[in-house]
Amino acid sequence: MKKITATLVCSLLLAQSPVYAAEQLYLYNWTDYTSPELIKKFEAETGIEVVLDTYDSNETLLAKLKSGGGNYDIIVPSHNFVSILVEEELLQPVNISNMKSFSNINSQWKNPPWDAGNRYTVPWQLGSTAFTVNTDVYSGDINSYKVLFTPPPELQGEIGMFNSSDEVVGMALAYLGYPTCSEDNAQMKEVRDLLIAQKPHVKVYNSDGIKDRLVSGETHMHMNWNGYSIRAREEIPALQYAYPREGLITWVDNLAVPKGAQNPENAKKFIEFFMHPENAALQSNFAGYDSGNKNAVTYLDEDKKTAPELNVPEGQKLVFSESCSQAALALRDKVWTEIKK
Amino acid sequence: METDNWRRNKRVFFAVSVPQLTWLLIFFIIPLAAVFIISFSEKRGIIGHELVWDWKNYIRAIEPIYLSIFAKTLLTSTAVTVICLLVGYPVALAISFAPRWLKLALLFAVTVPFWINGLIRTYALIAVFRTRGILNFTLEWFWSIGASVLAWFGIEVGSYQDLQFLYTNVAATAGIVYVFIPFMILPLYAVMERFDKSYLEAALDLGAGHWRTFFTVLLPLTTPGIISGCIIVFVPSLGVFFIADLLGGTDSLLIGNVIERQFLGANNWPFGAALSFLLMYLTFAALILYSIVNKKSKKIGGVDV
Repeated sequence: MKKITATLVCSLLLAQSPVYAAEQLYLYNWTDYTSPELIKKFEAETGIEVVLDTYDSNETLLAKLKSGGGNYDIIVPSHNFVSILVEEELLQPVNISNMKSFSNINSQWKNPPWDAGNRYTVPWQLGSTAFTVNTDVYSGDINSYKVLFTPPPELQGEIGMFNSSDEVVGMALAYLGYPTCSEDNAQMKEVRDLLIAQKPHVKVYNSDGIKDRLVSGETHMHMNWNGYSIRAREEIPALQYAYPREGLITWVDNLAVPKGAQNPENAKKFIEFFMHPENAALQSNFAGYDSGNKNAVTYLDEDKKTAPELNVPEGQKLVFSESCSQAALALRDKVWTEIKK
Repeated sequence: METDNWRRNKRVFFAVSVPQLTWLLIFFIIPLAAVFIISFSEKRGIIGHELVWDWKNYIRAIEPIYLSIFAKTLLTSTAVTVICLLVGYPVALAISFAPRWLKLALLFAVTVPFWINGLIRTYALIAVFRTRGILNFTLEWFWSIGASVLAWFGIEVGSYQDLQFLYTNVAATAGIVYVFIPFMILPLYAVMERFDKSYLEAALDLGAGHWRTFFTVLLPLTTPGIISGCIIVFVPSLGVFFIADLLGGTDSLLIGNVIERQFLGANNWPFGAALSFLLMYLTFAALILYSIVNKKSKKIGGVDV
């Protein structure tokens, strides 16, 4: 028995620490969000083997880091979670602004409010959350949240909304002209009434399989991200992405190195590598989002260069999603339960 | 050999039970105790919580909105259990009466889907239920046959209109039934397999009709299978969340969904823990109620099963 236990323990230990393996980089990214070509190129250029693991929400990422698990070298938190991670002392400073290829980054994304001086982060992909409409079904003006929340008869009963309280409630708040986090009971009551009034016209609350539902005609209007909307339009040209004049909800996902990273040097190499325009473009061509890299555009696929989902119209009002206070979160969860019950 | 007198061989008994007890301790008692303690904590910060030993989470959990979701969940699980029983009972009976080669094939057919992850099977159901899906295609096919027959008699019925199945409570319930039905069929089959079929012949020979034979002979003697089948369908179906998420409509929120959201999106572990424990107490209450009713009905019926 002892012998068996010993063997088991040994094999477990071996499985955990691949002694003979070459240099490695543990990348922890959102699902379906990492260009395989980018990884292949990085591995070929540096000889570092990339191990990819994925998550589906900032909360999952935060919980995993907080519980001390993972030993990841690179993580990709959204902008509104960067300050939280810094505050919780879960990131290590890598001073990205000192890196050579940093000069490629668009000045708009240098020194952002969530990471002064780019001590911890640099954009990975940035994009927006709005909605996609089948313009064969509804030919009116789609550039207002009004179409989504008080839909015209053609779209009633054909709507897909995300199944996440932060994005749905945040968008309703943006439509009503409030900040995307609210602790105000009266404002949140308005949100609740708006969403309950919208609900009979909603077919499904689901954040997966959006493209599938739009292309198969299961829904004719769906909350969507701009990059995903490209994929839908490529199959059916009438699937157009809306630019709501009340304010387009914008987000930036960032590369960062967590404390406790096993290979921080490899992580820095990866960040340096990614800020080269041709590499950033590889990722954008895969996922369909902007990389915040001003020189990447030359390397973009032709259809991405001209994609309306990637070219925000001149003068479009932008709204940055925030990280909500605990009171706002509690209120949001309550409203969401009331809507979905 | 005295097999049941474990008191005489306490050491042997102890030695044999150590692995199981350790297993239970590590993977059941300790996690459950941790969740129990968390349910008396208070949410602090974004993902933290601190033990404060008060009932706040439980008081919030019995607000009308959550009670109504509990009630809906109980109703859904009851419906699922009843449907599983109504569909599973004849299936189990048919298997137990089938010739040997067919029996194996049928059992195989019941258990094979069981080997595939429930999530994958639920995704497959989307292709069945969706507007232009397998179910609507099948109905359309029958409709066109029916229409052409009616056309012979000069009746026009128009073309087939797709029915909405996906994203309704019907689809969610059907999805839960589909995932849980093997748990009903297998215990029923196990009881029926041991059931001596000559009792049925005797009852029929002695003049009882088919219905009477069923209700006074077969049903009472297969009750243990019905009970265990119902319990292992009902209890886990209370906690499912992914099926309602994938197939259900806009109002298909079950308590499992609320609990899942507390642990993930809302990051409120204390409240999620309180809801979980409330669900557990409800399950115990349902089981105790069941055993009381069952004992009473046994006394009245006078049939010892």
